[in-house]
Amino acid sequence: MSVNVADSPFPTEQGTDEPNPESYLDAGYGLRSWLTTHDHKRIAILYALAITFFFFAGGLAAALMRLELISPNGSLMSAEAYNKTFTFHGVVMVWFFLIPSIPATLGNFLLPLMIGARDVAFPRLNLFSWYLYITGGLFTIACLLFGGVDTGWTFYTPFSTMFSNSNVMLTVVGVFIVGFSSILTGLNFIVTIHAMRAHGMTWFRLPLFVWSMYGVSLVMVLATPVLAMTLALIGLERLLGVGIFDPALGGDPLLFQHFFWFYSHPAVYIMILPAMGVASELITAAVRRRIFGYSFMVYSILGIAVIGFLVWGHHMFVSGQSMYASIVFSILSFIVAVPSAIKVFNWTATLYKGDITFGAPMLYALGFVGLFMLGGLTGLFLAATALDVNLTDTYFVVAHFHYIMVGGSVMAYLGGIHFWWPKITGRLYSEAWARFAAIVMFFGFNLTFFPQYLLGYEGMPRRYHVYPPQFQVLNVLSSAGATILAVSYLLPLAYLLWSLRYGPRAGANPWRAKGLEWQTSSPPPVHNFDQTPTVTEGPYLYDESP
Amino acid sequence: MSTTPTAVQFDDAVQQREAATLGMWTFISTEILFFGVLFAAYTLCRTRFPEAFAEGSRHTDVLLGTAETAVLLISSCLVAVAVREVQLGGQRIATWLIAATAALGVCFLTMHGFEYVSEYHEGLVPAIRYTQSGPSAGQMEIFFCLYYFITGFHGLHVTIGVIVLLVMARRTHRGDFDQDYHTPLEMSALYWHLVDIVWIFVFPLIYLIGRSG
Repeated sequence: MSVNVADSPFPTEQGTDEPNPESYLDAGYGLRSWLTTHDHKRIAILYALAITFFFFAGGLAAALMRLELISPNGSLMSAEAYNKTFTFHGVVMVWFFLIPSIPATLGNFLLPLMIGARDVAFPRLNLFSWYLYITGGLFTIACLLFGGVDTGWTFYTPFSTMFSNSNVMLTVVGVFIVGFSSILTGLNFIVTIHAMRAHGMTWFRLPLFVWSMYGVSLVMVLATPVLAMTLALIGLERLLGVGIFDPALGGDPLLFQHFFWFYSHPAVYIMILPAMGVASELITAAVRRRIFGYSFMVYSILGIAVIGFLVWGHHMFVSGQSMYASIVFSILSFIVAVPSAIKVFNWTATLYKGDITFGAPMLYALGFVGLFMLGGLTGLFLAATALDVNLTDTYFVVAHFHYIMVGGSVMAYLGGIHFWWPKITGRLYSEAWARFAAIVMFFGFNLTFFPQYLLGYEGMPRRYHVYPPQFQVLNVLSSAGATILAVSYLLPLAYLLWSLRYGPRAGANPWRAKGLEWQTSSPPPVHNFDQTPTVTEGPYLYDESP
Repeated sequence: MSTTPTAVQFDDAVQQREAATLGMWTFISTEILFFGVLFAAYTLCRTRFPEAFAEGSRHTDVLLGTAETAVLLISSCLVAVAVREVQLGGQRIATWLIAATAALGVCFLTMHGFEYVSEYHEGLVPAIRYTQSGPSAGQMEIFFCLYYFITGFHGLHVTIGVIVLLVMARRTHRGDFDQDYHTPLEMSALYWHLVDIVWIFVFPLIYLIGRSG
């Protein structure tokens, strides 16, 4: 297959050296102009800054854990300090990085652009969500400063309500507040997608990223309230010593687990659905083909969002849940794998006979597909009740969900950041460095987490800081991988920041990609489009373009 | 014509109105999930301790509870009529109707306050003043936990609703709303109906079920 110059994965420098005076970045330079902005693009950047901070804070905690686990006898920190470290890592990464990651940054930035709107439906509410996020974050930081919390991110009762002597209340309040931030973001997105689409942008012309934002918003709006109330009940129990969840007082700890996972399992889909949306955009642009089976992709997004609500009980196979409930949850957990598998199949089928170019975003996207598939397949192991009894609370589970959340969501998030970076900042980054970082990340990730599958399969339990010496080799491998992974996360931070000042200016559409967001200038003007676009065709019509 | 200009992100007033309405309904669906957790907890605990929960129900004041239900239902009706009045151009009557709705909301809260006070004297407030004894006292404490949590959370909604309604009464009085533009009022009324509907579920759960048993 011949590759002509226009098909090069490298962006062509179409931009001029003159800054675009209309751009949203030039609408005001003071701190005040940012902190009081109603522009969805600026709010996206506020989120990006905040979640980057939390990502590296949570990453630091992970680094400490991997450092501790190099030796089997727990030489670096006490058991209590270790508990607090993994709790901090979990709380920060789940609620302050992964949940808001793609929706609040890329989603906020791109959603109105992709549907041809001037802004989200409720811009002030959007800014308010960011302030809620920051307030919740401050509580979590305060908790760390006052000595941390040791319950694990799951806050299991009665430990969290009766026995833990750490700062449970501060963390619970922080997570409670940040929950409202994601409810309001979800509400805003649902209304925006329903009411703000440009003329001709019918539902089945929406890019899959928008569909994934729709699915994720439904989950955010319907699942998060359950978490909020559950945390409120925990706070009440802890403050007043009453017992809805405490077995000593007649309460039911299993009820807590039901409530908690009713939110926290769909929360996994809050993390992965947006990643799937990003992957669909990146792959079609790099392959220059229409997505294979668009409507199947849409229905599987909705299918995952709906069935994702019905599988929470697979977290409780060994918690004393009724056997019949376990069987049903097991079957449903297998069923939710079907739409996920359809998506993997369709991404792969999109590659078939395509003009594949391996730019940095595509490398991230391919990494996402592979790692997501591994994480998803091991999820089937855990959905099988018999095998799960053996694997519960081992490193197998840890490896499984890190493949989904770090291998899947974080890879896709970074891929998306690279893909839309020219649009967001108006600058091009160093393609060579970006590809290098993507490849290093893929190998670093596998070296970190693949040994954990083996560790878990051999029976090493999670959340212990001392372990039998026969597990040391695999733990050292994992820690070595974590070092590589850390470098690969710092690299984009460096070259992306570098590009802000020294990168060449990007044209409106450096990837020659489809989608309304590429039709406006880079960076876009304050109200996105000089003329409100009218849509006359479906998404991803790459193979029909001249 | 409407004096309120369409916000810059919307094409026209129709789109703005649709967005506000859908936003409100989405918000209401989250509210249902908020209360849903409490109802689920209540149902589960009730199936585990049916006798203690029936005993707890008997300690509640069904007369006041019924009066509160009536007050809330009437208020919901008034606010619905108020919206209709504004649509037909009767701002003056509507102002009074909205103010009356808010007043009934305050009335509801006051009656509930009386209930709380008498329960405190009876020693039915878990963790603060709980003086019950007997075989099912511990399980009944869970009933009262949930009772205070549910009615307290609902009371919070009523309080917010009263404040919102007072603002709406003032805006109606000022002439902000007319036949063409009254979305905020309509949304506030919708919220008040939610508060009312939630109570329709709370009332039988707390006061009625198992009472005569």
